[in-house]
Amino acid sequence: MTGRAEIEQAVIAILAQQLLLPPEDIAADARIDDLGLDSLGKVEAIFALEERFDIQVPFNANEPDQPDFDFSSVPRIVAGVERLIAQRVA
Amino acid sequence: MRRVVITGIGTVNALAADVPGTFEAMRKGDCGIGPLAFRDADRLTIRIGAEVRDWTPEQRFAAGNLPLYDRVTQYALVAGAEAVAMSGLPADLGPRGGVILGTAAGGIQTWEDSYRAVFAEGRNRVSPLVVPRLMHNAPASHLSIRHGLTGPVLAVSSACASANHAMGLALQQIRTGGADVMLTGGAEAMLCFGGVKAWEGLRVLAPDACRPFSLGRKGMVIGDGAGVLVLEAEEHARARGARVLAEVAGIGMTADAGDIVAPSAEGAARAMRAALADAGMGLDEVGYINAHGTGTLANDRAETAAIRAIFADPPPVSSTKAMHGHAIGATGALEAIACVLALTEGILPPTVGFQTPDPDCALDVVPNQARAATVRAALSNAFAFGGLNAVLAFRQG
Repeated sequence: MTGRAEIEQAVIAILAQQLLLPPEDIAADARIDDLGLDSLGKVEAIFALEERFDIQVPFNANEPDQPDFDFSSVPRIVAGVERLIAQRVA
Repeated sequence: MRRVVITGIGTVNALAADVPGTFEAMRKGDCGIGPLAFRDADRLTIRIGAEVRDWTPEQRFAAGNLPLYDRVTQYALVAGAEAVAMSGLPADLGPRGGVILGTAAGGIQTWEDSYRAVFAEGRNRVSPLVVPRLMHNAPASHLSIRHGLTGPVLAVSSACASANHAMGLALQQIRTGGADVMLTGGAEAMLCFGGVKAWEGLRVLAPDACRPFSLGRKGMVIGDGAGVLVLEAEEHARARGARVLAEVAGIGMTADAGDIVAPSAEGAARAMRAALADAGMGLDEVGYINAHGTGTLANDRAETAAIRAIFADPPPVSSTKAMHGHAIGATGALEAIACVLALTEGILPPTVGFQTPDPDCALDVVPNQARAATVRAALSNAFAFGGLNAVLAFRQG
């Protein structure tokens, strides 16, 4: 099983790469809008998460409230990835 | 400066493989979007598109020529033949005739097939016709060969604005005397596994339907097809007694020089103003706007803002993409044909799939049902990835 700490580390590393920031500058409870990630950065980060964890993230840029995958903060992304990994294993 | 008119139109698209069928479908508000049927479509997340149905190239082309034609060229040739026949063009135009055709992906199916052969199937060689099939100018070149047009012939590629840019350049060629007649428009055949896979990555495709300007919209739906228009110097058309369908009155081209994908209302508005100015067209003349109207959140909001920045009281605006799909580099040509329907038959084609008005898109979008209206002039918008905008202005002929 992939642990929560490992997922959080990967999420932060992927966001850091998109934002051109050192990972330690991204807090574990950071909100994505506060980080200033643009729309292309978002879809690139989601692609990286899918590749890293072999999951399919149900994300459509045209649904502002994202009913299927909450991309609003680091903890929400981590929880979403955890859920998708669990579904994959199941 | 010479006036330029449309004397013929032709099309192949998801609604029909000719103009009468397409007009009928637009009058009825048909939707050409359905489940994707091509190879490996079951490996896609997005499984809908506006494919050209029941396409049988072996019945349309000589067996000896078919190996040279990617589907993008096939669609262009069939649309071009219809347009030329409608126009009654003389066969001896030679250097006074040319072709400028838009396409965004060219012969992408040919790329895909040859890469599959060498990468996935381990083959060591591909057909010697791969290069002449896949090149972006193949549809334009085959139109020139088929119709004996030896003047200016080239392809234009500006993503979703390709066809509008192509028609704008063809207009300028005729105005300035580079040719008397131009075949122009666009062709696209991007509905193949690799094409849709690439679009999926951007997360802008709708999984269910295309609903421009409507609350509940989830993005764009890709379509295939071609639209070809015969543009002609007015004096040339009148001298040979051709039927004039409409005037191509102006073109406005701008670049946002901003984001590579996010649209700019300001860049869009500048293109619309430029088209009006080029056409010498007053706001009160415009009775219809065929919107870019992709059905993405970003486009529809920005386009509404652009239209409202120009028109205090905007005319009816519809997006025909919900019927024929977003045919990328061909879409502007399909939409120019929809404008011809409005100008010649007084029918505003509807925005189908519309559910609930979006306060961010406060426009009369002719929801779901076509409407009768007298249209003296129309605008047709195209706002492409890359921040490239091209708007055409048409008048009654």
